[in-house]
Amino acid sequence: MTTLLKETLDSQSIYMPTPARIVDTVELTDLEKVFKLKLPSGFELNHRPGQFVQISVLGIGEAPISICSSPSRSTGGTFEICVRRVGNVTNAMHALKPGALIGVRGPFGRGFPIERFRGKDILFVPGGLGLAPLRSLINEVLDERGKYGRIIILYGSRSPKDLLFQAELKEWQRRADIECHVTVDRPDENWTGNVGVITTLFPKVTIHPRNMVSVVVGPPVMYRYVLMELLGKGIAEGNIWFSFERRMKCGVGKCGHCQMHHIYTCQEGPAFSYAEIKHLEEAL
Amino acid sequence: MSFRIMPKAAVPDWITWLRSRYRVVGPRQLKDQFVFDEINSPDELSLDYPTSILPPKKYLLPPTEELFQFTTKGMHTKASLEPRPTVIMGVHTCDMHAIQLLDRVHNTGYADQHYQARRQNTYLVSIECLNPCTEHSFCKDMGTLSVPENFDLHLTDLGDEYGVDIGSEKGEELLRGFASVWDPTEEDYRHVNQVMAEKWPRFSYRFNFDVTELPDLLALSTKSSYWNELGDLCLGCGMCTKVCPTCYCFNVKDEVDLSLTEGHRVRIWDSCQVDEFALVAGGHNFRSTRALRQRHRFFRKGKYQLEAYGLIGCVGCGRCAAACLVHITPVKTFNELYRRHKQGEAVEAQS
Repeated sequence: MTTLLKETLDSQSIYMPTPARIVDTVELTDLEKVFKLKLPSGFELNHRPGQFVQISVLGIGEAPISICSSPSRSTGGTFEICVRRVGNVTNAMHALKPGALIGVRGPFGRGFPIERFRGKDILFVPGGLGLAPLRSLINEVLDERGKYGRIIILYGSRSPKDLLFQAELKEWQRRADIECHVTVDRPDENWTGNVGVITTLFPKVTIHPRNMVSVVVGPPVMYRYVLMELLGKGIAEGNIWFSFERRMKCGVGKCGHCQMHHIYTCQEGPAFSYAEIKHLEEAL
Repeated sequence: MSFRIMPKAAVPDWITWLRSRYRVVGPRQLKDQFVFDEINSPDELSLDYPTSILPPKKYLLPPTEELFQFTTKGMHTKASLEPRPTVIMGVHTCDMHAIQLLDRVHNTGYADQHYQARRQNTYLVSIECLNPCTEHSFCKDMGTLSVPENFDLHLTDLGDEYGVDIGSEKGEELLRGFASVWDPTEEDYRHVNQVMAEKWPRFSYRFNFDVTELPDLLALSTKSSYWNELGDLCLGCGMCTKVCPTCYCFNVKDEVDLSLTEGHRVRIWDSCQVDEFALVAGGHNFRSTRALRQRHRFFRKGKYQLEAYGLIGCVGCGRCAAACLVHITPVKTFNELYRRHKQGEAVEAQS
């Protein structure tokens, strides 16, 4: 477990957010916006890819949001979150301008065990907003590209206008040392790429399962289908990683909402390998 | 730590004496039921009560609890911690076991300072249950018919007097300077042993199996059709979790004043039986049916909490059984799962 923000630890209450300033916002789509936040104290977030923060808009409420910037690129107390406008808190966030203060608690949960991925081929399978938490891991890996084998990214989105981080996506597709394929469920008239659900991208890449780790983050409905593909390719259960979305009110293993079986997703997850959760009812 | 005798006639004076130093809460009659409430005069206290509508948990985890106050401009926050010293009188042993679990939960991993502040300022005066309290309780099955080690004082009704076990330094504090307690005689010890020995046969087992088999029974019953039958019955009202001494799940809400500049964040009791409990922003509900939610509740009580915290999540108080409008009860549920499991085994043996 990484440690929490110094401010959170120093606080009299684990539930009290620390103010962070919005230093920049970037609109990615109609629904999604990236917020670059800075902790006024200058303390680093020191997160691991896959961890999340609880974001507060005081007077509205709090919501768990994954961190989308990589630790290597979150310096000077800054970090990024990608927020889909879907509820009260996220709608209120979208109305905030650079300069505004926002509450942060965390970072919470267990991220991906990146040190165990070294030397291996990594197959990233982000679906939709799942690219946000995966971007943190992908950029962390790319910043130390030499430590890993092949890097494959299979990204699926509803439609071309829903594609997130398009500039980075173009860069990944351009690079010779990354195999990046993109598909959409519903193309528009300008779309020349693949059409279909995310599993239609699998025939495009050769997979050597012995040395492969796969990291899958997307909507719950996607997991079963992608899992069948990965197991079918012979990837070991312990090398298939997911990040689980759950309702979370506290982030510290108390409120009960994220409990699946005896596990609190906010504590032992949200990153889990298939081997860890395959026996748990309600996990997938 | 040590044992004393207090005559029942001295209890009113003791309560009055305690009230001058602490907030005193305890069982009080409300029409034909009992509630834990503040005791404003000794005659309000009913130590000889069957059960209470809500468990004393509400003094450690209030139904609505302020976490912190804030100003929306400038984001100033101030933690709300309740340090009011409170004596909870007359806690039954099942509820003591429940508090033991709550302590474990709130001190594990990231400690919950709000719970801790209340708990550290709470004095627990428990009382030995000498007779079954209601038709719904099953404390003997759950192993909660004797008091765990977390009491400050523990009372045993000896007729004209109470035996008083002192369990902690805080317990000593509750008696310090109060004259009407004395050291027990040999006769008192004999009396206590007799009262205790006589109590056990009055309680009966209600499970058709031993509680140590419960986690395995549930594991084997994961796909039982019985959950669908419970789901069809259940109204999803959440009463079972509201009255449960070991339920602690909460929701978090912001409340703001009319000017929208000041407010406070509160946590309020939540229930896994309510349909949006496991619903995420994207619209997926991880327990979308009442059957799945009932299963989650019973697994939590009989299996999950044991695995997560080493203590079983049900203490056999029977409050949920009494509160359920459609008569879903742990005893009936667990026995029926056991019957079906046995029946399944018998069918297998024949084939």
